[in-house]
Amino acid sequence: MKDFEPNIIGFLCNWCSYAGADLAGTSRIKYPSNIKSIRVMCSGRVDPVFILEALRKGADGILVAGCHPGDCHYQSGNYKTNRRIKLLKKLLNELGVEPNRVRFEYISASEGQKFAQVVTDFVDELKKMGPNPIVAKQ
Amino acid sequence: MKIGVYVCECGINIAATVDVEKVVEEVKNLPNVAVSRFYKYMCSDPGQELIKKDIKELHLDRVVVASCSPRMHEPTFRRVLEETGLNPYCFEMVNIREQCSWVHQQKEKATAKTIQLITGAVARASFLEPLEKKEVSVIPKAMVIGGGVAGIQAALEIADKGFKVYLIERTPSIGGRMAQLDKTFPTLDCSACILTPKMVDVARHPNIELLTYSEVMSLDGYIGNFKVKVRKKPRYVDEEKCVGCGLCAEACRLKGRVLNEFEVNKGKRSAIYVPFPQAVPLKYTIDPEKCITLKTGKCGDHALCAEACERNAINFDQKDEILEFDVGTIVVATGFDLFDPMKKPEYGYGKSQNVITGLEFERLVSASGPTSGHIKINGKEPKKVVFIQCVGSRDKKGHEYCSRVCCMYTAKQAHMVKEKIPGAELVVYYTDVRAFGKGYEEFYNRVQGEGIIYRRRELDDPIKVTLQAGKAVVKAKGHPDIEADLVVLATGIVPREDSKELVRILNINQSADGFLLEAHPKLRPMDTFTDGIFLAGCCQSPKDIPDTVAQASGAASRVCDILSKKYLEIEATVAEVDETLCRGCGFCVDVCPYKAIELKESVDGASGHTIKIASVNEALCKGCGSCSAACLNGAIQHLGFKDGQIHAMINVLGEKYL
Repeated sequence: MKDFEPNIIGFLCNWCSYAGADLAGTSRIKYPSNIKSIRVMCSGRVDPVFILEALRKGADGILVAGCHPGDCHYQSGNYKTNRRIKLLKKLLNELGVEPNRVRFEYISASEGQKFAQVVTDFVDELKKMGPNPIVAKQ
Repeated sequence: MKIGVYVCECGINIAATVDVEKVVEEVKNLPNVAVSRFYKYMCSDPGQELIKKDIKELHLDRVVVASCSPRMHEPTFRRVLEETGLNPYCFEMVNIREQCSWVHQQKEKATAKTIQLITGAVARASFLEPLEKKEVSVIPKAMVIGGGVAGIQAALEIADKGFKVYLIERTPSIGGRMAQLDKTFPTLDCSACILTPKMVDVARHPNIELLTYSEVMSLDGYIGNFKVKVRKKPRYVDEEKCVGCGLCAEACRLKGRVLNEFEVNKGKRSAIYVPFPQAVPLKYTIDPEKCITLKTGKCGDHALCAEACERNAINFDQKDEILEFDVGTIVVATGFDLFDPMKKPEYGYGKSQNVITGLEFERLVSASGPTSGHIKINGKEPKKVVFIQCVGSRDKKGHEYCSRVCCMYTAKQAHMVKEKIPGAELVVYYTDVRAFGKGYEEFYNRVQGEGIIYRRRELDDPIKVTLQAGKAVVKAKGHPDIEADLVVLATGIVPREDSKELVRILNINQSADGFLLEAHPKLRPMDTFTDGIFLAGCCQSPKDIPDTVAQASGAASRVCDILSKKYLEIEATVAEVDETLCRGCGFCVDVCPYKAIELKESVDGASGHTIKIASVNEALCKGCGSCSAACLNGAIQHLGFKDGQIHAMINVLGEKYL
């Protein structure tokens, strides 16, 4: 689809990924404007229900980003999120939603470049996937 | 509900890419928005005044500022609200700079994104509630675990500031590793001479309660209110009566037959002993592993020590004592172990008397050591001595780190051999000489000037030490063999074996290398992730005495920061339980990294059944929100990041904005 612009909601953790996204900004690294982020204190705060709601509302992609394994500011939140999202992806298949619409990435406070790259790649991938099938049917 | 929305131009930082005037126009019409403005620099004084004026005149109860990252100015704007009497948590910040104007290039898209982000924030703002910062009281006492130079320094500094300190030491005397050293680099100060005055200060200080031969058994509580249990092991000697005269040790049937751990098992002692002559406290202790009375019930026809003691201080019936007390903060200064060279058989350690470790050398050269300070191997003065660096350090297959002190202690030890045996031939096998500190390079140059030969080898180059005809033959790649009388291995500093047990008791963390983990390697090197517990000395990472004392001083300062306050403020964005919704499943308890939640039993009024309800200890809760995500019915909520608040944003951001 030529003019399909995917709509991405990001859940970024305050200590690592949100700071990493800020660094991308301070470094003036450009990436597509398709992503709108919600700041949480820890990626462990991200309830799978948030992701399902986001999909239901029409988001084409959801990016959850947390600290690298071992670096979670709150010790173990990122491990919990990793497991929840793996399980959620299995559920998405049953719902008829491509599991790759939900991404979990480890992005540290120093990885501004990585954040920009992840967003750019995700937008490209979603453009190929097309709009969220749940909303398209409505 | 009256929401004020303020959009910052940030000079041209935002205004160049976002049509700020259009944003303000669009946002005016959102539900509950009482006023919508833009200004060049929202964070400046006039910008802040703008907000204050509107709060007062328009009776705003929520404020949304769209500008830079909240990591930048959230505290600034929260203070603005506080100064007008509004609760600082009725504030929402939108990042339209770092995550919008600075990273997007198309003005139309950036503006549309800004409008949507602010719409989401306005929706969330109506769900924000006032939150109160909590206060906990502080017990003005500290506990220092470890009586080496780090623990001693920290204890003295805290006590000098007027706070009571419990100093807990595992062995019968304080002093630690520094008491085992002879001279210290680069000044060649006598270690015991500079340490013992501090040890005596500790014993005499009115604010320090010294608990030696004691261990921390358990720790409960939180910053300002730690509950400690310490086990005082039985000395089998009445400390009130013992004056340290030593007649008991002279009389002991096992005199000269028990390996002395202070002498790194190179010297011998009695079953009743003090670790070293300058011990503090100077009280004798009976080794329960060796004492014949304690092991078999009877020592000959009577215990010779009890007979010799003129003060009647021996008491074989003494038991463990469990002490319980409360403190506000804790300093961990538990020190280090040394690498066991038996793990590197190529160095020939353990096969002969000719190969020793750096610490064993210190005892050999100490005037109060097993050879009274004469460097003698098998009764003879060594003529050829080889020092091998990096034993157990910088090892890609083992401890990868550098132990920091070995280059310097080897240089010092080589110097001391030269001083005592002027004709000796000395060779040091090194890879890099790390003489980083004040006076270190100068000392290293001096040592080289004394004729001590430094031979370089790559870390991976093998060195083998084999025994041949009573000599230790050192074969190093690229260098001629040396038939040495003495080989000294510069063994590295390793974390204590009981570190795992310690971190479990204290609820702190270990780094990947096994040392204790600091909260931030650069900015918070003395803090741990458990508020109120601090680190000092080599337990955190290998370091020399100057750095240890500096870190101990820093830890004392961090401690006094807390102890000098009557109340501590703790973050308001903690977890809160709606008891009517909680069904006591315990998922939140399982995921909490800080053990801040527990299930409390109570009797349900309506049914009379015993039920369990989750309860949050707000002083332990760090506000991560993991419990909120785990809770199946939303009973436990992360204040400031509640489900309702986040869903309000998702509702808006999920829709197309272009």
